[in-house]
Amino acid sequence: MSLIQQHTEEQIWEFLKEVTDPEIPVLNIIEMGIARSVSYEGDKVIVKITPTYSGCPAMNAIEKMVRDKLIEQGIQDFDVQLDYSEAWTTDWMTDEAKTKLKDFGIAPPQKTVADEDFLKTLSSTKVVPCPFCDSFETHLESEFGSTACKSQYFCDSCHQPFEHFKCI
Amino acid sequence: MTTTNKLTNQEAFLAYLLRLADDRLILGQRVSEWCGHGPELEEDLALANIALDLIGHATALYELAGVVEGKGNDEDHFAYFRDDADFSNLQLYELPNDDFAFTIARLFLFSSFGYFLYEELKGAKDPQFKGMVEKHLKELKYHLRHARNWVLRLGDGTDESHQRMQAAFDEIWMYLGELFYTDEIDTMVLADGNGADPTSFHSKWKTLVEETLTEATLTVPDWDQFMMTGSRNGMHTEYLGHMLATMQFLRRSHPEAVWK
Repeated sequence: MSLIQQHTEEQIWEFLKEVTDPEIPVLNIIEMGIARSVSYEGDKVIVKITPTYSGCPAMNAIEKMVRDKLIEQGIQDFDVQLDYSEAWTTDWMTDEAKTKLKDFGIAPPQKTVADEDFLKTLSSTKVVPCPFCDSFETHLESEFGSTACKSQYFCDSCHQPFEHFKCI
Repeated sequence: MTTTNKLTNQEAFLAYLLRLADDRLILGQRVSEWCGHGPELEEDLALANIALDLIGHATALYELAGVVEGKGNDEDHFAYFRDDADFSNLQLYELPNDDFAFTIARLFLFSSFGYFLYEELKGAKDPQFKGMVEKHLKELKYHLRHARNWVLRLGDGTDESHQRMQAAFDEIWMYLGELFYTDEIDTMVLADGNGADPTSFHSKWKTLVEETLTEATLTVPDWDQFMMTGSRNGMHTEYLGHMLATMQFLRRSHPEAVWK
């Protein structure tokens, strides 16, 4: 018989809300779509998370933060598992999360392009509105930026450089 | 005994995963050598990001290989504790970076081939493998777009950049034959629902490559020239051993060290 009081799955989801992305502290791992499922195997809590970008160095940090959070809440019997079965997509981000990103100064991701249309878009560039002044007069500086998930843009209206969360 | 050399589906899938992972690790390590040496800050960041993606792809594939193998080996084992003859990456990916044009030519050829390969592998039976392929494909599209843009810009650029871009493709061409090498491993994995038949996209890939080179005002080198062979069976150029020495020595000096 276990003397430790079991938490409900809903409670554990609440704990996970307190784990934020170390690179984008305005978003928690649920809003990011990183935390995928919470379940019990007997008395053991299983938390499944999925990586955003394959090479994202924040993933190790996030995994550790989830563990630390569970321990802090008195959960000792748990396993944090990396689940690759569903590929992470920015389409999982909620509208609320996208608004938070914009307020933080990062142009949020737009809807992803269907795979079969990709080759046709090789030479085109997409328009990303400036998160500061909402102008469409912006240009791409580089598809790669300070972290794996962001591109660099420049606003020709308010003359501010800004980052755009890539759509994947 | 006739059964001793017969591969099981599990052994074939393991070998297949290691081929994919080795390609990505070795190319990722090469691309990472540009970190701090890029021609401009944005390009330095771009190449470092691409290297990180490739090493991330290798990590996930090695993890899965460890599960398939079932001996408790993790990604570090496959990356750091095997010798050059154990690696099954293509020679194409172990060649030194040479100049920026060569690095870009190789990245373009890798990512265009990878794009079509992953489009096929998206239908894989193994759910973890399928998920990885879908994920890696999303990232690889950025690599392809980036490398292709540079091929166009440098090929159709100054006399110097044009000449260097052409020289890069001329030099690399004899390493491309192996992209379409298949053997029993590919056949078995394909029959078991996790593989791809590269002949199914050979012409699509060739068209993309030829159209890009032509748009970049470059001459498409001769497809029928002598082509290198042997990579998938552990035959490598002299460059791989030197690269592994650099990549592996720290880990091998501290084999018991842990991260967490």
